[in-house]
Amino acid sequence: MSRVRSLTQANRRLAAKLFLLTVAMFGFGYALVPLYAVFCQLTGLNGTTGRADAQEVQASVVDSSRWVTVEFTGQVMGNLPWEFRPLQKKIRLHPGDTAVIKYYARNLANDTIVGRAVPSVAPNKAAPHFKKIECFCFSQQELKPGQSEEMPVRFLLERDLPKDVNTLTLSYAFYYVDRGQAATADDHARLAAQHSEPRAQRQAKSDPG
Amino acid sequence: MATAATAHHEEHPYGITRWLYTTNHKDIGTLYLWFSFAMAIVGGTMALVIRAELWQPGLQIVEPGFFNQMTALHGLIMVFGLVMPAFVGLANWQIPMMIGAPDMALPRMNNWSFWILPPAGTLLLLSLFAPGGAPQAGWTLYPPLTIQMGMGMDFVILSVHMLGISSVLGSINIIATILNMRAPGLTLMKMPLFVWTWLVTAFLLLAAIPVLAGAVTMLLTDRHFGTHFFNAAGGGDPVMFQHVFWFFGHPEVYILVLPAFGVFSQIIPTFSRKPLFGYESMVYATMSIAFLSFVVWAHHMYTVGMPTAGELFFMYTTMMIAVPTGVKVFNWVATMWRGSLSFETPMLYAIAGVFLFTIGGLSGLMLSITPADFQYHDTYFVVAHFHYVIFAGSVLAIIGAVYYWMPKWTGHMYNETLGKWHFWLTMIGFNLTFFPQHFLGLAGMPRRIPDYALQFTEFNQWSTVGAFILALAQLLFLYIVIQTIRGGEKASGRVWEGAEGLEWTVPSPAPYHTFATPPKIR
Ligand SMILES: [Cu+2]
Repeated sequence: MSRVRSLTQANRRLAAKLFLLTVAMFGFGYALVPLYAVFCQLTGLNGTTGRADAQEVQASVVDSSRWVTVEFTGQVMGNLPWEFRPLQKKIRLHPGDTAVIKYYARNLANDTIVGRAVPSVAPNKAAPHFKKIECFCFSQQELKPGQSEEMPVRFLLERDLPKDVNTLTLSYAFYYVDRGQAATADDHARLAAQHSEPRAQRQAKSDPG
Repeated sequence: MATAATAHHEEHPYGITRWLYTTNHKDIGTLYLWFSFAMAIVGGTMALVIRAELWQPGLQIVEPGFFNQMTALHGLIMVFGLVMPAFVGLANWQIPMMIGAPDMALPRMNNWSFWILPPAGTLLLLSLFAPGGAPQAGWTLYPPLTIQMGMGMDFVILSVHMLGISSVLGSINIIATILNMRAPGLTLMKMPLFVWTWLVTAFLLLAAIPVLAGAVTMLLTDRHFGTHFFNAAGGGDPVMFQHVFWFFGHPEVYILVLPAFGVFSQIIPTFSRKPLFGYESMVYATMSIAFLSFVVWAHHMYTVGMPTAGELFFMYTTMMIAVPTGVKVFNWVATMWRGSLSFETPMLYAIAGVFLFTIGGLSGLMLSITPADFQYHDTYFVVAHFHYVIFAGSVLAIIGAVYYWMPKWTGHMYNETLGKWHFWLTMIGFNLTFFPQHFLGLAGMPRRIPDYALQFTEFNQWSTVGAFILALAQLLFLYIVIQTIRGGEKASGRVWEGAEGLEWTVPSPAPYHTFATPPKIR
């Protein structure tokens, strides 16, 4: 009888351990989310672009022996009733130099609408060398009915851009976030805090177009 | 099955309560197997709807939206309703008998893990009647579609949770049984291979299923509770779902197929009248397959725009899996080499299973080549590939296992002539259905679309004819099983001339309680 009892106990103990393993793996599933984010940020994978500050721009040396073409595209995703396009299709510049171009957006709906643009750079290996100084994608954009806006992007193309990259493409996917009035300032703050800038930037690569 | 050991203190109850409250591993095994067959009929019917619609180009029979619901539910039902419960059923029946244990380690939990299944399956089907119908996003449930779907999607998420809980409980039970309940003297390296593959599978389940549960929970909170895991507008990433899903999804493939390897490793030696060739290498191959299965997931998503380094990594690891799998195929063939072969129905299923699974393995190797995959991705080539793996690997093994062990369960031999008819009809139906799909895929026919270009018509018609033959053949299977339960030639305890193992030392039909006192090993 004692053999039976100790066997029952052993079974229960083992089952409890295996149950803990299950719970741990459930947690690991969630841990994959930040792990991927960190991984993409460190490696610049998934088209993740960088950000540059004033110091970096000052320190940058232009390599005038090389010309690189930067192309611009952009589209609205799903149910965002906006018109959105770059005002310039492409520019040529030297690695190490900065440039400004403008995108145009207009709200076609009868409501105030908040959208968010998610950038991506192709090819992937050029992405870490494309650094935005100023961008409308740093924050959400709110447009009143019929309102249009020209939105600048200022960027630095790093001097150490890989030699075989002669053309790169910056693309934006503009997503619907909210109806303007309904979205309180708190909401925006919460969203911004939850999704720090670099994470928010990772998306565009994943979407068709 | 009414030959209960009445001396035992436990009564042998009858009627519906016997099945509702049972903690007997044989009863629960039977319940699992019948549940699995019922789901096979439902999922198979959905496959026939798909094939009927694809009989000719254009839209004839069903709405495109309904077609998409069929492809999604067919996949979910066949994976979670047919294959997984069937193998758990086989494990319930066989593992205690194969290791000389009186029952499973945790019999009450065993009852629970089965009875979660019927409500889960019902919920899955109820999603068809929810506003907007069942999800139309395939069994992989990719966002953003699954974030936009109607209420049916919530049914499916809840159902997946329940199915997951059921298999986790089942796995815990199987591991505890194998590690704690073996007859004295039956060391790990003496265990039959079916027991070994199930031990490894159960650990795979414990590691993979919770990750799936996490992924669908994230979908649920994205849908209703304001999180943005996969919602790009809120800073999430739909591709991340694919990573999390396939981190579960590829081990899942081996969850479906490792127990099948175990079944092949039981049947082939029996009908070759030789011990299994390379027992130890089989055990280690099983473990290395299980380990590798966690580092190959992104081969399902080469086309999302991964960096070259990532694609190369996943390409090489995927190709590496072919090595232990090749070891297994080699061992099965070497077992048959110079054996005194005989070709009863279970052996036919095992040989066909190995042969056709190898075809599926080879097309898998083709798919693992990243640059080639860009051509094959999301085409019928992939559909052909995974049906050669899951149907030919898992389902043929399940059918073979039922023929192999049914005399032990029922005490009757099945009708060998009908069994052979069933086998050949299944072979014709299966290959006619899925072989042409390789060509369709190579020619560029995309999967999950209810319409196709004119030039694909002929191959699709072959495929549809094959699917109906395959389905009808399974009704013959049902007939054979019922006939065998009702009566037939008495089976001896050993059943098969070449059968080795503890389960063949008990009489046929196996008494309600076996090995109340542990057997002596050798
Ligand atoms: Cu895989």
